[in-house]
Amino acid sequence: MNLQSVKTIYLAEMARSLRTVLQSIVSPVVSTSLYFVVFGAAIGSRISEVDGVSYGAFIVPGLIMLMLLTQSVSTASFGIFFPRFSGTIYEILSAPISYFEVVLGYVGAAATKSVILGLIVLGTARLFVSFSIEYPLVMLLFLILTALTFSLLGFIIGIWADGFEKLQLVPLLIVTPLTFLGGTFYSIDMLPDFWQAVTLLNPVVYLVSGFRWSFYGSGDVSIWASLAIITLFLGVALAVISWIFRTGYRLKP
Amino acid sequence: MTLSANLAPIAMAEHGTAGGDIGAGTPMIQVERLSKAYGDGFQALKEVDLTIRRGEIFALLGPNGAGKTTLISVICGLVNATSGSVKVDGFDNVTQYREARERIGLVPQELTNEAFTTVWDTVSFSRGLFGKPKDPAHIENVLRALTLWDKRDNRLLELSGGMKRRVLIAKALSHKPQVLFLDEPTAGVDVELRREMWEVVRGLRDQGVTIILTTHYIEEAEEMADRIGVIRRGELVLVEEKSTLMRQLGRKELTLHLATPLDAVPAALAGHDLVLTEEGHALVYTYDVTHLDEGTGIAGLLADLEATGIRVKDLHTRQSSLEEIFVNLVRERT
Repeated sequence: MNLQSVKTIYLAEMARSLRTVLQSIVSPVVSTSLYFVVFGAAIGSRISEVDGVSYGAFIVPGLIMLMLLTQSVSTASFGIFFPRFSGTIYEILSAPISYFEVVLGYVGAAATKSVILGLIVLGTARLFVSFSIEYPLVMLLFLILTALTFSLLGFIIGIWADGFEKLQLVPLLIVTPLTFLGGTFYSIDMLPDFWQAVTLLNPVVYLVSGFRWSFYGSGDVSIWASLAIITLFLGVALAVISWIFRTGYRLKP
Repeated sequence: MTLSANLAPIAMAEHGTAGGDIGAGTPMIQVERLSKAYGDGFQALKEVDLTIRRGEIFALLGPNGAGKTTLISVICGLVNATSGSVKVDGFDNVTQYREARERIGLVPQELTNEAFTTVWDTVSFSRGLFGKPKDPAHIENVLRALTLWDKRDNRLLELSGGMKRRVLIAKALSHKPQVLFLDEPTAGVDVELRREMWEVVRGLRDQGVTIILTTHYIEEAEEMADRIGVIRRGELVLVEEKSTLMRQLGRKELTLHLATPLDAVPAALAGHDLVLTEEGHALVYTYDVTHLDEGTGIAGLLADLEATGIRVKDLHTRQSSLEEIFVNLVRERT
C-alpha cells in the first residue's frame, strides 16, 4: 500500500474543498437553513406531529441525508472528472499507485467532506429546532456509510461523464428526485397504499428511514432493511469501480 | 543560458543504477513485440521491438499520427497494450508496475495543468503522488534549475506557455526518475525557448538521466539525439546511431566552382555523374558515402578535370541533413 500517494491525493482534494470553501461549505449550510425556515417554521407550524416528533425535528435527518447524497455525488464526481477534462489525469495513471489507492484518495476525501458537512448541517439544525439523537453511533455509522457509498457513485459518474452536462445529469435527474421522494419531508405512512408500495422501490427511502431511526428510534422500514440496502449499494458501487479499473473504461484506451 | 550548470543534483540518487556505463546491465527500457489496436480497429503499433540504453538521448521521429505518443503512452501506463511486453529497468510495466513506473517521469505533449494551483504545490503534489516523502530542498533545486524559482508562488494560469512546459518538466523530475519521456517537448515553442529546452535536456543527460523524446522536427533529433528511431504507421522502420545514420544513408555533394562557365558537361567527363548548375558556373558531383570502400570517385574526377584543362576556382562538400535522409527513407519504403 502506497500510503504516501493516497495521502497526497486525499490532502490535495481536501485542499480543493478549502479553496472553494464558500461553495463547498457555506452554500449547503445556507440552503439547509432555508429549508428549515420554509418547511420547518412556515409550513411545519401547520403540521402537528409526525411519528411522535415535531415536524421540524422530523425533517432533520432527511435534510442531512439530502445534503449528504448530493454533496457526496457532486464532490466525488467533479474530483475525478476534472483531471480527465483538463488532462492532468495522465499523472495519476502513470504514477506507481494501484486503482484501489486512487479510489481511496478521491473517494475518501469526498466522503470526509460530506461527513463534515453533515455534522455542520446537524449543528445548524440544532439552532432552529430541538431534537435528540437516540443512537449516536448508529447515526455516525449511517453518515459514514452513506457518504462513502454516494461518493463511490459520484466517482463512477465522474468517470462515465464525457462532458459537464452528463456530470450534472445523474445528480439532477436521479439523486435529487429520489431524495425528495424518499421520505425526506414526510413519512411514507402519509401516502396512499399504492404509492407506499412504489416508494419502497426507492433505495433512498431506506437510507432516510434508517438515519431517522438513529435519531428517534422509529422509521418507515426496519433498521435492518436499511442497513442491508446501504451495504448492498456499497457492494454494487465497489463492483462497478473494480470493473472500471479492470477494463480501463474511459480511463485507459 | 546557464540552465545546465544549475541542474546539479536534481536527478536520480534514489534508485541504484546499473553503473552508469552505456550498455551495462539491463537496458533502461526493453520493448518486445508491442502491438496496440484501438477500439475502433486502428492499429497504432505493430510488433514494435525497441531497446533504450541507459543514459542515452533517444529521439523517436515520425510524422503526425505515426504512433509516437501511443508508444510512449503504453510504456508509461496510460494505454493498455494489445500484445507484447515492456520492461523498465528490468521490471515488467504491467505485473511490476510500481517498480517500473517509479523510475519514469513523463512530460506530456499537451500543456495540461490545474490552473488554480501554485507552481510549488503542483510540483510537490507530483512528488507525493509518486509515493515519495516531502523533500523541499529537492523541489527547490528542480525549480531553480528550470528557472521557475521566482514563480514558485504563482498560480499556473498566470504563467506563459514556455513556463507551463517547464512546470510539467519539474513535475516529472520531482520524484527523481531514471528515465524521462518528453512528448514533443518543443511543439509550438519559439526558437529561443527551444534552445533553452535543449539545454535542459542535455543537462539532465549529463546527470545520467535516460531521455526519450518524440518529435517531428528533424532538426531537433539531429541536434539532440544519440540514437534515432523512425516510426511510420505504427512500425519502427529504423533504429540507428545518429552519426551512423548520417554517414550510412547520407549522400554527399561536391560542388566545383569553375573559373570560366561551361555550356554543357564536357564529353571527357561524361563518365562521371555530373550536373551543371549556376548557369554553367558550377559542377555538382553527388556520391554515396555508403560505399566508401569502393572509393568516392573524386580522385578520378579531379584527374579527368585536370586533363580537360578546366580550371576550378573553389570547391566544397555538403552532407545531407537528417531531414533529407528522412524524406528519402520515407519515400523509399512507400
